[in-house]
Amino acid sequence: MFAYVVRRVLATIPVMAVVALFVFSLLYIAPGDPAAVIAGDQATPDDVERIRASLGLDRPYLVRFGAWVFDILRGDLGVSIFTNLPVSLMIKQRLEPTLSLMVVTLILAVSIAVPMGVIAAARVGTFIDKLVMGFAVLGFSVPVFVVGYLLAYIFALELEWLPVQGYTPFSNGFFPWMENLILPAIALGSVYIALIARITRASMLEVLQQDYIRTARAKGAGLRSILFLHALKNAAVPIVTVIGIGIALLIGGAVVTESVFAIPGLGRLTVDAILRRDYPVIQGVVLLFSFTYVLVNLIIDILYTLFDPRIRY
Amino acid sequence: MPFTAPAGQMPPSEGWETNMNRRDLLRGSAAAGAVAALPRVATAQAPANRVLKMVPQANLTSLDPIWTTANITRNHGHMIYDSLYGLDASFAPQPQMAEGHVLDDGGKVVTITLRPGLKFHDGEPVRAQDVVPSITRWMKRNPFGQKLETVIDALEVVDDRRIRFKLKRPFPLLFKALGQVSNSPAFIMPERLARTDPFQQVREAVGSGPFKFKADEYNSGSLVVYERFADYVPVSSGTPSLTAGPKVAHFDRVEWNIIVDAATAAAALQTGEIDWYEQPPPEIQQLLRRNRGLVIEAIDPLPLTGILRFNHLHAPFNDKKMRQAILPAIAQEDFMQAVVGTDPAIYRTGVGMFTPGTPLANDAGLGALAGARSVDRAKALMREAGYTNQLMRLIGPTDILAPSAMTQVGADLVRRLGFNADIVLTDWGTTVQRRTSREPVERGGWSMLFTAFSSVDFADPAAHFPLRGNGASAWFGWPTAPRLEELRDAWFEAPDLATEQRLAREMQTVAMDELPYVPVGAYLSMTAIKRNLTGRVPGLALFWNLRRT
Repeated sequence: MFAYVVRRVLATIPVMAVVALFVFSLLYIAPGDPAAVIAGDQATPDDVERIRASLGLDRPYLVRFGAWVFDILRGDLGVSIFTNLPVSLMIKQRLEPTLSLMVVTLILAVSIAVPMGVIAAARVGTFIDKLVMGFAVLGFSVPVFVVGYLLAYIFALELEWLPVQGYTPFSNGFFPWMENLILPAIALGSVYIALIARITRASMLEVLQQDYIRTARAKGAGLRSILFLHALKNAAVPIVTVIGIGIALLIGGAVVTESVFAIPGLGRLTVDAILRRDYPVIQGVVLLFSFTYVLVNLIIDILYTLFDPRIRY
Repeated sequence: MPFTAPAGQMPPSEGWETNMNRRDLLRGSAAAGAVAALPRVATAQAPANRVLKMVPQANLTSLDPIWTTANITRNHGHMIYDSLYGLDASFAPQPQMAEGHVLDDGGKVVTITLRPGLKFHDGEPVRAQDVVPSITRWMKRNPFGQKLETVIDALEVVDDRRIRFKLKRPFPLLFKALGQVSNSPAFIMPERLARTDPFQQVREAVGSGPFKFKADEYNSGSLVVYERFADYVPVSSGTPSLTAGPKVAHFDRVEWNIIVDAATAAAALQTGEIDWYEQPPPEIQQLLRRNRGLVIEAIDPLPLTGILRFNHLHAPFNDKKMRQAILPAIAQEDFMQAVVGTDPAIYRTGVGMFTPGTPLANDAGLGALAGARSVDRAKALMREAGYTNQLMRLIGPTDILAPSAMTQVGADLVRRLGFNADIVLTDWGTTVQRRTSREPVERGGWSMLFTAFSSVDFADPAAHFPLRGNGASAWFGWPTAPRLEELRDAWFEAPDLATEQRLAREMQTVAMDELPYVPVGAYLSMTAIKRNLTGRVPGLALFWNLRRT
């Protein structure tokens, strides 16, 4: 197992290199000019040219790529063209809100969706099953921003129970932290809950047809014991897979959710950087997201062995 | 017709505003039991009523107002920097950091003395040695400053409190130049920062203005924090008017909360999470007007002007007759209603080259934009001008409100006029890059674009980029109109307002013939602010004199 983990970690290096090359090239050929954005609407063409030169944006592709790779290898993600702040600092400032949002969403989604899926499978064809599946369809169909606005309207604007926007660091206390995350996590989690609930139901239905479940029933095991002790663990591999895949959904969804709820996270940072053509920030954030995704996949692969001992690497 | 902001807000009813909403009450109740167990982490923070939270027009990305002309950075500059002179609401210069000035040698030698006791936020005194490099750096970037630089023989330090301009000839607009409000104002920085290359950003934000920038709390895209500068000494006389008069800070802390989503910002304003939303879009203004605790008013009593800019380098608009041909079809009302809605109180038609309501605004040459509008007449003029179905390209953004709306109207217009039109709508970042292209349309160039300029930009010829006719060095579109340049140069030397006004009329007459651009109307930028905030200085998002009652 250890050798496998090391191999997988080493395998991320070429993946990251390809991502780096791809991201840099994409940004190079994409339209847009940070110098023109910086200069402002009143700038003259000469101003734009001078700013472009001062930022080194007039250098050839290979020179810029080489300098960037050299900096990355030294652990330096560069400096934002606009703010003059180190990209690593900007990412650090934005990491906690996004991580908080993703963790709370993940916990919320799994703790709601898995029991929902299990119950729907146990009561297949009944009203409860249809209700769960109806919710799942709704969760898939309604965009995150619509859910977000509805939640904000009801719970913030009308009932005044929760804030509309913003983020409070965890260091300021659990409840203030959570207060700002409840609505965004529900909004972001709605799609995720739908996805996991459906997969859980489908996986559980398959497992519940197995002989050993019939044997457990014959031995007099209770419904709860059959569902959660015998069936769920064996249905877990596809569920864990979809949770892993869902991390990508979360990253994408976080961009929208962070905008709707004005959470200063990495999603907002990415969108702002793209709109301004702040190349070092875009490159740094995309590298981070790629690395996270590769890492999550590695963790999922390792989890397989825990849920299914027959899997060996 | 006087140009007034819409009134008619409902008067506040009794009890319409409290300092506590239901969430505060719930939170307060929950917190009451736990407060004794908590460490006193908040003791150093300003009381809530001494904190002002505002959603600015955009994210603050650059901190150097000399390096960029972005309006949000200009506003940041007015928070933390001060200038030798300020401009009042009638654009007349008033001493600000300056105590006064003395003119010698018929106005060719100007000595300016600093007020005593001025300090930077790092505790260092403001000296003439800081002022000279600050002005020198500013002169490299600001168009008024660039003009000033051409008439200066020397700019020197006399002593710690005095600087001296030695001019080639008298420059009557010197103090107005030093008091520029927009487009890289002549902010004074410490010498160590002012010596930065004008095309590089300064690395720190240290000024001598009424507020200090809190670098440790700065999170671009999320939060910008300012603290009242306790050592700031406002001018002792006058009344606050634009950037002139005493700048008294009544808030200990000002927070700019960057909220990009308009609906979220509006909701935060309604729930009391923020106090001021600088630029709500028109559809959100309608919603906010229903809230009696808020005031929706013009942030600047003077309007922004929308423009249609031609590319003068290539067909079809390198031909003056083609530019003139479309005038009969231009209805300023159509453009303005797309930007701000149908309320005639917040837009203006019959707009010329200078900001309506300012001393240089006039009606010379505007006949072509008045009277019944006719697409057919325009088509006939296009045929007379020899339009032979050449490809034209309209470029514009989809993510910036006013230019986007004007571009949509413009796109409809060019289609109705029968142009062989390629409409390219992109994000702002792509538009501003694409407009730098001087290539012909066939090689990716452009023919027409729409944008808007603030009232101060178009108040006079100094920073009025689109009105210039200096060819390759001109603002995007690159018109060549030597007579416009001559008149602009003459304006800089104008000895009095009457002369300025005469020159402005002549400039507008020439401009309406040459058409470096077409004005497509003017509109007020509305702001939404809590009713209990009073004393706001009109013009920009300025924070001095503003107080909570």
